[in-house]
Amino acid sequence: MQQLWLIPLFPLIGFLINGLFGRKLPKSAISLVAVGTVVASFLWVLKTLSAIMPLETPHIETYATWIQSGFVNIPFEFAVDRLTAVMLLVVTGIGSLIHVYATGYMAEEDGYYRFFAYLNLFMFFMLTLVLGNNYLLLFVGWEGVGLCSYLLIGFYYLKNSASTAGNKAFIVNRVGDFGFSLAMFLIVIQFKTLTFQDVMKQAAQVPVEHAVGMMTVICLLLLVGAAGKSAQVPLHVWLPDAMEGPTPVSALIHAATMVTAGVYMTCRSATIFLKAPIAMEAVAIVGLITAVLAATIGMTQWDIKKVFAYSTISQLGYMFLAAGVGAFGPAMWHVVTHAFFKALLFLGAGAVIYSMHHEQDMRHMGGLRKYIPITFGTLACAWIAIAGVPLTSGWFSKEAILGAVYHHSPIMYWIAVLTAMVTAFYVSRSMFLTFFGEFRGAAVPAAGHHGHGDEDDHGHDDHGHAVEKHDDRAHAVAHNAAHDTEPHEAPFVMWGPLAVLAALSIVGGFFDLPHFLEPALPPAEHVAHEAWLEIVGSAAGILGIVIAHIMYVAKPEMPDALTAKLGGLYRLVYDKYRVDEAYDLTIVDPLIGGSRSFLWKGLDAGLIDGMVNGAGSTARLVGGFARWIQTGNMRTYGAWVLVGAVAVLAYLGIGGGVR
Amino acid sequence: MNLLTWLIVLPALSFFLLLLLPKSMSGNAKYIALGLSLAIFVMSLGLLGPVLANPGAPSFEINEPWIEQPAIRYHIALDGLSLWLVILSTFLTPLCVLISWNHIKDRVKEYYAFLLLLEVGVIGVFASMDLFLFYVFWELTLVPMYFLIGIWGHDRRIYATLKFFLYTMAGSVLMLAAILYLYSLTGTFDYPVIQQLLASGRVALTPHVEALLFFAFFIAFAIKVPLWPLHTWLPDAHVEAPTAGSVMLASVMLKMGTYGIARFCLPLFGGAARQYAGPIAACAIIGIIVGALVAMVQPNMKKLVAYSSVSHLGFVVLGIFSFNQQGLDGAVYQMLNHGVSTGALFMLVGMLYERQHSLEIKSYGGVATVAPHLTTLFLITTLASIGLPLLNNFIGEFLILQGAAIANFNWAVGAAVGVILSACYMLWMFQRAFLGKTPHDVAHHVTEINLREFVAVAPLVILMVWMGTATQTFLPSISGANKIVLEQTRPANVEVAHHNAR
Repeated sequence: MQQLWLIPLFPLIGFLINGLFGRKLPKSAISLVAVGTVVASFLWVLKTLSAIMPLETPHIETYATWIQSGFVNIPFEFAVDRLTAVMLLVVTGIGSLIHVYATGYMAEEDGYYRFFAYLNLFMFFMLTLVLGNNYLLLFVGWEGVGLCSYLLIGFYYLKNSASTAGNKAFIVNRVGDFGFSLAMFLIVIQFKTLTFQDVMKQAAQVPVEHAVGMMTVICLLLLVGAAGKSAQVPLHVWLPDAMEGPTPVSALIHAATMVTAGVYMTCRSATIFLKAPIAMEAVAIVGLITAVLAATIGMTQWDIKKVFAYSTISQLGYMFLAAGVGAFGPAMWHVVTHAFFKALLFLGAGAVIYSMHHEQDMRHMGGLRKYIPITFGTLACAWIAIAGVPLTSGWFSKEAILGAVYHHSPIMYWIAVLTAMVTAFYVSRSMFLTFFGEFRGAAVPAAGHHGHGDEDDHGHDDHGHAVEKHDDRAHAVAHNAAHDTEPHEAPFVMWGPLAVLAALSIVGGFFDLPHFLEPALPPAEHVAHEAWLEIVGSAAGILGIVIAHIMYVAKPEMPDALTAKLGGLYRLVYDKYRVDEAYDLTIVDPLIGGSRSFLWKGLDAGLIDGMVNGAGSTARLVGGFARWIQTGNMRTYGAWVLVGAVAVLAYLGIGGGVR
Repeated sequence: MNLLTWLIVLPALSFFLLLLLPKSMSGNAKYIALGLSLAIFVMSLGLLGPVLANPGAPSFEINEPWIEQPAIRYHIALDGLSLWLVILSTFLTPLCVLISWNHIKDRVKEYYAFLLLLEVGVIGVFASMDLFLFYVFWELTLVPMYFLIGIWGHDRRIYATLKFFLYTMAGSVLMLAAILYLYSLTGTFDYPVIQQLLASGRVALTPHVEALLFFAFFIAFAIKVPLWPLHTWLPDAHVEAPTAGSVMLASVMLKMGTYGIARFCLPLFGGAARQYAGPIAACAIIGIIVGALVAMVQPNMKKLVAYSSVSHLGFVVLGIFSFNQQGLDGAVYQMLNHGVSTGALFMLVGMLYERQHSLEIKSYGGVATVAPHLTTLFLITTLASIGLPLLNNFIGEFLILQGAAIANFNWAVGAAVGVILSACYMLWMFQRAFLGKTPHDVAHHVTEINLREFVAVAPLVILMVWMGTATQTFLPSISGANKIVLEQTRPANVEVAHHNAR
């Protein structure tokens, strides 16, 4: 026994302390508890892994029975194999860094204790998710991280947009969970267990031709679940809105860890998926479509966090594409490298937003590298990593994916390569807009508005209006008072984590993760590496950077001309293909309207109650009788009960029922 | 007199004591009621040992003749199926006293007297092993509920009580007829005897008669549950009832219906029950979805929770008619879960009402800022209600859906839609009432939860976590009793056919 349960327990304790007593604790104590418990968890992971390596077979610890009914037996059981080991390191490692960062970023927020309580609770559920040794325990973590996501998106609960975004995230995820839970029921029916090793062992032995129907349904339902959690088309709509949450949350939950749970779950179920080729193809197609659509939207957004949100969706699409073509190892590799550079992008964006006093619209930035060089330096590392500049971490995992995709389908490969170029383009665009050129917000910073850029879209000329908008947050006012008008560098607790992530983004790819994961994943067919594939992939990334440089640095008038030329198409992409509007029109509005006017007022209050009231008035006698006996007098009523009882007994006596 | 009998007698004595309390001591009624109901709860914990040791067999059994002719017996017993429902009743009664503490100012002693009379009725219902005795207690529960709504209810209480009364009576009459018919066939009201006679085939029913008898019982129970489309009395009754009335109604009285189905309908008329499982499951699934959809558009908090009950109880019925261990275990577990979480919801809504004097969601907003502890408790209860793992309802929903999936996968698909919708209506209500900026009048009226209120709700919140994690406290005894129910449900002719096939 390695006491695996301690790993999630530490943050749970942190949650309980800060949640129950945080209101009365000083901020330093809250930070200590929050960061300390997560770091403790990280250290325990290191200790455990060093003890149980090399982990050729999973290390399993069973604690107690959770649910037992008939043949369904679900224990509290944790396990670590190499797949879990990787996730544990990513979650606790990056989790620790982001907790440290957040102590700086959130320093002046109200509800500091609440924020860290939720964040620790998230760590508890995320660790349960990756440690759980059966689908139901995974589901506990799965729903639990969804809850924390809901709570943290809605952290600024006074803002209606924040709580609405939280609801949206929860409900869309519920749609995914609908699929996930149905998949679990079928797994129980098929395999009589939910324990991973037992399910996979049986699944591996099932001949493809016998179980292909069942396996396909199970896998498609799992895909629905994964699509919800990992924001894949058509369930991707919640993630951009989730940016309402504080930026550390975006980095930790909505980029590095929670949203990759769908990929993790798919890889965890790899053995079943391999028995369902149709479902595999569906995974690949969903991933590819998501990658393309989200990347194109990313090119058009002005809100720096929105760009990265769509980037996350797009990158998750890449991971699904990889899993769908059977490249589970590269998919997990990309999970890890993406966790490095995307967490960094978000934290860096947070540092930018912090330095800009909560301005998020890139049109009001520009030239920031002069003001915040450290932030720029670290973000540049993430930038080249996600763009796929050779030998950075993102390059390794992306090339691994592209190689596998090529061997599955050249068409998919070329689309993916094009998407890689678009990826490099939009990230470079955001970097150029933010850090290069001239600072476009000189008069603005101290009074920057909240800037959830999707409403003000009239081009570059509207930032003047922002001067009038006053930030009502306390600390912005404090900054105003200090006449602190220039963008300023974030404190060490914030750039320290950035530096660590920057190093990981650059060198994190040299560790051959797919090879490491081999014992934990079903054997994959090895494909010969072809050098030209890597050259094409690298070229695509660099080309994307170059185009962005031309459009946003060399010839800054180009984008406007281009968008004007594209007109309606540009609007469509800018409006995120109007998926939200379509959902409102076809699902949400009819459901609410129909429920109100038909089901409630029509069926319940109209038809059924009409019949009941009708029956009531025909039997007016009964009603009158009821009114009459309803004298409020206990004795009268008692008497009637007696009379009734006597009448019944009399009937029995007369009616001949008695023998 | 054994412990179980005491648990029926003591609340009855308390009822009379409170009723006969001199007017001058009326102010003490709540203290007396609290003390007595707490004592009864503590005593009821004595039931645990014997039943947990042998959940499949009757414990605390008393079988004495009550009336010689016709042969009505005082036959009571407890097994794993009824144990927890009795404990739930004794557990909730003191909490209901606490929650009524300041709210009830009118005819105080009568109010608490009726709460205790209700306890007599529900414990009697869950303990009765004689059909006539069962019927007496079944009807007895109507009396206090009728008065609790009719006297201490809100504006439209007369309409609500009348509707409640007519609906229930319609069902009860059918059930009484069926009980009498069974008596005419078997010459006894004794349930185990009748069950034996029917199961062994010594008293044979034609399929037609069996179906009629099944539906006579089933409709009475289905109205009480309430199963869609017999549910329209519930929202009105809930809205008009005082808080404690709503709590007892939702948490305990609705379970009389589902308990009755599991206890009587299945073992007595297993053939008919299996035959009509399809249409009944369809009603349950429609109830799950329609109840949730209608809850989604309710402007009134209590109506919303009432419709959510229609949805949740649909799960319970679905689980029962899955005819497998998982479904039935989940159904019984969910009865308790719903009692705990919906009870807490009604209490918390009642607290809001006492402060703001409105049940309309739009009269609130931003409560989180002025009453953070109340909000936290409401949020946890909300999460329990929508089936978040590690909280109670998840266990019940999982087992029910698993059982339904085993019986017919399409059932699980339909019912699981309700899980999505539950998140919609609960989170939307939570957002509108608790989040956002606080309007002036809310800030003025809505105060933080006080100690007494906290003491009333906290045990339920603790139970939500307990029942969601340590299911082994409850589930083995429930499973044990359900195993027997499932065995009894296997119709005689199926066994014969099975035998012949061999």
